[in-house]
Amino acid sequence: MTLSSDSSVVGSARVKRGLADMLRGGVIMDVVNPEQAKVAEDAGAVAVMALERVPSDIRRDGGVARMSDPQMIQEIQATVTIPVMAKARIGHFAEAQILQALDVDYIDESEVLTPADEENHIDKWGFTVPFVCGATNLGEALRRIGEGACLIRSKGEAGTGNVVEAVRHLRTINAQMRRLVSADEAELYRLAKDLQAPLPLVLEVAQTGSLPVPMFCAGGISTPADASLVMQLGAQAVFVGSGIFKSEDPERMARAIVEATTHYQDAAVVAKVSTGLGAAMRGAEVASLEQRLAERGW
Amino acid sequence: MVAAPVGVLALQGDVREHVAVLSGLGVEVVAVRTEQQLAAVAGLVIPGGESTTIARLLETSGMRTLLSERLRDGLPVLGTCAGLILLSRSIVDGRDDQWSFATIDVDVRRNGFGRQIASFETTVDVDGVGEVPGVFIRAPKIESWSESVTVLATHDHGTGPTPVLVRQGAAWGCSFHPELTDSSAIHELFLATI
Repeated sequence: MTLSSDSSVVGSARVKRGLADMLRGGVIMDVVNPEQAKVAEDAGAVAVMALERVPSDIRRDGGVARMSDPQMIQEIQATVTIPVMAKARIGHFAEAQILQALDVDYIDESEVLTPADEENHIDKWGFTVPFVCGATNLGEALRRIGEGACLIRSKGEAGTGNVVEAVRHLRTINAQMRRLVSADEAELYRLAKDLQAPLPLVLEVAQTGSLPVPMFCAGGISTPADASLVMQLGAQAVFVGSGIFKSEDPERMARAIVEATTHYQDAAVVAKVSTGLGAAMRGAEVASLEQRLAERGW
Repeated sequence: MVAAPVGVLALQGDVREHVAVLSGLGVEVVAVRTEQQLAAVAGLVIPGGESTTIARLLETSGMRTLLSERLRDGLPVLGTCAGLILLSRSIVDGRDDQWSFATIDVDVRRNGFGRQIASFETTVDVDGVGEVPGVFIRAPKIESWSESVTVLATHDHGTGPTPVLVRQGAAWGCSFHPELTDSSAIHELFLATI
């Protein structure tokens, strides 16, 4: 936190988590150029994630996936009025410093990129810009929050167009939170040990029944029905990666997923926007994958 | 106290926080997603969020026309952040196609205090209330306004005092987020006028 000249404070937890609160009920879309960013904003995206390749292309191409070229990020910032997020590699605090210098609105310390540190994530408390991190279970989510993440997204399996892992991770996090709520006070110390999570955060979840930061969903969402599904499972907003710009009609798909995310409880609306959408991205069976991105992160 | 339900426009944004503040004040609250729900409220809060997204969803949900009519008929309304943008007379430097309800005669610049890295917390001195916490997140800046607008609070962010809480008739606009703090003072001011 920094005190500015007029005694206002920037970079406080409330201000950092607050932007995540403002994104709730919305769709954050992966875009690789200003044209796609414009399509996303026109369709009603609450933010865009600027990256060089969408996850399905990263899978196809192989090689090391890194932070995007600053020029591309700046072009996208100049094109849209909504928040622009960008990805840094796990543990790569220098990439994060660059993204903060570029004035991005949120940094995603992301398993979709090739990790730079196989033991440590970025110490996120030292940054003014807020971070979002992925999690497959409650322990992982609370470790990231302990390191200063202001928003958690369930990981799912990026680039597959297959929602099965997103569902698994959301259900796991929810079930583990319910277990904490129902636990005897004396059990919480052992549960914190089992979860490998900071005790104060475990105690907080046991009391409130929810994460101390918003929880969104990512990884494999590719239809309006997928968005409705994960919202009903407790996600507060959705990240859509390859699902939009790898579909037959991206503009239409983008608008449909935006509407389905808002009206997820109203099946008639989700049915209407799902009608005649054209083909969703082709997708992949998770069992057939060579590399599971969700396993990255510790 | 308020008789009929107060709505919180629930298309996108920090709906939950507004619902919690209003419920905490003993008001019956409805999350508004349809025209039928909108038709039944005695007052409305337009929350923080992305104004372009909320504007688009107002159109697809069919609520834009009805809300425009109800605002013209004097529906009490409180807009925070994105809500203020939607209630403004015009949006400076916004998207070419971005519209607003023109309920309050202010011209706002989206993200006028800067991008997220410049988002800040401070205290705001509100006329007749005193100091309240002010959380500004990619906040809109009121750059000009008509005499018909009552300025209830200003903030000087280094470039001179800027209005951050305004009222015109039944409409209230706030560039910060009272719903993200423990203070319910702004909501109480609003409710007292319904």
